[in-house]
Amino acid sequence: MVTRLDFKIYDCPADVTWCPGCGDFAILRALKVALADLEISPYDALVVSGIGCGSKLPDYMTVNGFMTLHGRPLPVATGAKLANPELHVIVVNGDGDSYGIGGNHFIQTARRNPDITHIVEDNQIYGLTKGQYSPTSEKGFITSTSPTGSIEMAFNPMVMALASGAGFIARGFAGEPKHLTELIKQGMRHHGYALIDVLQPCVTENKVNTYDWYRERVYHLEDEAYDPADGDGAWQKAHEWGERIPLGVLYRSEGHPAYEDEVKTLNGGNPVTRVRELARSPRPEQYEKLKAKYF
Amino acid sequence: MVERVTNEMSILIGGDAGQGVESGGAGFAKAFARAGLHVFAMQDFRSRIRGGHNFFQMRLSERPVYSHRDPVQLVVALTPDSVMMHLDHIAEGGAVIFADTFKIDEGPLRERGISVDALPLTRIAEKHGNRIMMNTASLGATAGITGFPMEYLESVISENFAVKGTAAVEANLAVAREAFEAAQERYGNDFPFRLSPVPGARQRMLMNGNEAIAMGALAGGCRFISAYPMTPATSVIEWLAAAPAEYGVVTKHTEDEIAAVCMALGASFAGARAMTATSGGGLSLMVEAMGLSGITEVPLVMVDAQRGGPSTGMPTHTEQSDLLFVIHASQGEFPRVVLAPGTVEECFEAGWRSFNLADRYQCPVLILTDTLLASSLQTVDSGDIDFDKVVIDRGKTLEDEDVPGDYKRFALSPDGVSPRAFPGNPAAVVTAASDEHMEDGHISEAASVRVPMMQKRMQKLETARDEMRLPAIYGPEGADITLISWGSTHGTVRHAVDILNDSGESARMMHFTDLWPLPVDALREMLRSCRRTVVVEQNYTSQLATLLRMTTGFEANLTLNKYDGRPFGPDDIAAAVRREVGVGYKA
Repeated sequence: MVTRLDFKIYDCPADVTWCPGCGDFAILRALKVALADLEISPYDALVVSGIGCGSKLPDYMTVNGFMTLHGRPLPVATGAKLANPELHVIVVNGDGDSYGIGGNHFIQTARRNPDITHIVEDNQIYGLTKGQYSPTSEKGFITSTSPTGSIEMAFNPMVMALASGAGFIARGFAGEPKHLTELIKQGMRHHGYALIDVLQPCVTENKVNTYDWYRERVYHLEDEAYDPADGDGAWQKAHEWGERIPLGVLYRSEGHPAYEDEVKTLNGGNPVTRVRELARSPRPEQYEKLKAKYF
Repeated sequence: MVERVTNEMSILIGGDAGQGVESGGAGFAKAFARAGLHVFAMQDFRSRIRGGHNFFQMRLSERPVYSHRDPVQLVVALTPDSVMMHLDHIAEGGAVIFADTFKIDEGPLRERGISVDALPLTRIAEKHGNRIMMNTASLGATAGITGFPMEYLESVISENFAVKGTAAVEANLAVAREAFEAAQERYGNDFPFRLSPVPGARQRMLMNGNEAIAMGALAGGCRFISAYPMTPATSVIEWLAAAPAEYGVVTKHTEDEIAAVCMALGASFAGARAMTATSGGGLSLMVEAMGLSGITEVPLVMVDAQRGGPSTGMPTHTEQSDLLFVIHASQGEFPRVVLAPGTVEECFEAGWRSFNLADRYQCPVLILTDTLLASSLQTVDSGDIDFDKVVIDRGKTLEDEDVPGDYKRFALSPDGVSPRAFPGNPAAVVTAASDEHMEDGHISEAASVRVPMMQKRMQKLETARDEMRLPAIYGPEGADITLISWGSTHGTVRHAVDILNDSGESARMMHFTDLWPLPVDALREMLRSCRRTVVVEQNYTSQLATLLRMTTGFEANLTLNKYDGRPFGPDDIAAAVRREVGVGYKA
């Protein structure tokens, strides 16, 4: 039996401010279709974003959404997930948000392993502030803040995610929306933190990493004899960039408990249900015994 | 000959970090509390001496005590340095107890009329166990010299060492008993300051401000705390982490304070009562998220346990220097509430009341405490930690089943408060955006959206103002001098008022616990009724005085400031008031 939701239930009449041709359109649509295919209603999902062009995504959907601060959606999302583990929590933010200002949260969340799907709109540039180099910009990349070329090595999110203990690491491409949809679905089915880094051309500010630039380089891991369960192989693939760029699931390690599974105080209720019950029927007598150790 | 005094004295235990100054002192304080005495016990951790000299100073009385007081009648010195360091604080007829293995020049002590007693504490400790038990020996000796029955000390020793096994309990008991006897043998009943159980006294709790805040928060439905360790706030998350699992508190020690405040916001957005706790440095990192709480109208309770600043400042010392910071922190304008409990009981109340205020006004609520209140142990009547009084009022929070299909999270309303639903309800999506937004939560920068939305949010401050409390008055109406204070200085200023009135002055206290928003109109009337005013604050720039001037136009006659990291003593305040008021005083 196949009873998919219509992805149009996630549509929203808001004015979209992205430039025509922006890779974010494909990511928005892929997320809607993935949620519909997984039959997750807008009321059961929560999309948390940071700040930047791509972080406006929750505003362009009908879904529970929290557009937070620059770099901070992962801790906000983790708090929401721990307070109500029933929510399907998705984080969407850009490469600057995720790997630059929010870099430490990225590392910590990967090792913490809450059941959150993290989609990074990686365009290798700061778009909303009109073109400055980002953590994933190539060394030598010329922008307004690197007029003679960036002299930093590009950040490699795949390697960092692997080193940080992420259990699901994938790369998608905004130029291949169907493939991306499948990756998002796999990421959401993965129990634990899932990173989906999406190559997302910024048609206005990044004239180097264009749709054509990516198309000439990307290939599918699914088409090769590649086993994402093999950590050593994943370490190799995570370093591959330049002439050939792998798309698909680089690493997958199943069967681990998510962070919230091991929070003992979540047994028998969560912070949201507990305060609701307490507000309905206060139990002062239950608290009296807390005083004993102070006598 | 010094007159004999029973149950009215201060004891100071001094030693190096690691010698059990705090644990020994706390155990002793509990023994005295069980004997029916009122206790106020302050900790002082210094780092100016190699090895880190610490001391624990407790005031004991049959009458309620609200602050520490110098001089002390007995110094228990666990190191040679501690003998000399506190000489200036010892009362006439007082004594210093220390181990006879210390090489001490007793001349200067005897010249001051201090009874100097080298007791075989090291030998006793080593006989039954090891050198580290010298603190237990000192406690036994203290009981011996003051005539305090050993049974109270024994009960505490037995409980405190139970986790280390029977042998440890027995060894410590043997050490305490032998030291007790040694002191009795030496002093008999000669020491003029006596301690004795108070017959029929009510059993009181002995707790500090942070424990009370955490307990109040738990009772108020807080089931989520995310925090990053920072002195002196750490014990708030530690307490909640140690709470029995049946209460279901999710606690998260995060990677930094930014993650801490953001997780609390995420949990609160989802519908939990969530908090974070930090000191000024951590709060500085949380400032941006405070504004996020402001514009997204997600309730947030933040504890700022102040310490000496700026920057790392004086990590283990007390200060009240974050008041204007927390009132103004974060860019833009949004409502917030600031509370500064003054006593352990008020800490308990602030623990749950802060959540009601946060839910009612959907904004950040700050609880300002400081090293003194956070870590001083005080006896509290059990009835004053009253769970029956705890109210859980979630304000305009919608139950999931009451959420309408056309729900607008940020609907304009006369009181500024919009009904709040949680994500996961079956009827409507819930959104929040750090950008300015429309009633339905979608972002907009239109002036026609901005103006009513700003007015809606800021109206909440006016709505909240109506329930904020005026300062508490202690002392006679029409007093000549009004000492104006806030937060942790409550007990000390109250005591200073007593000292002044007992010596023929006419003084009263006006003490603030609610600091923002201020009920300005009524407050202005109250301030107008004061004659001479002295604003007493543990900071350099007189922040409360500035705040009162800013909001009411009131100009205090005098400000009394202390910013050395050590708490005011009541006698310091009384002396300063006697010295200053009248000199250059403008009627």
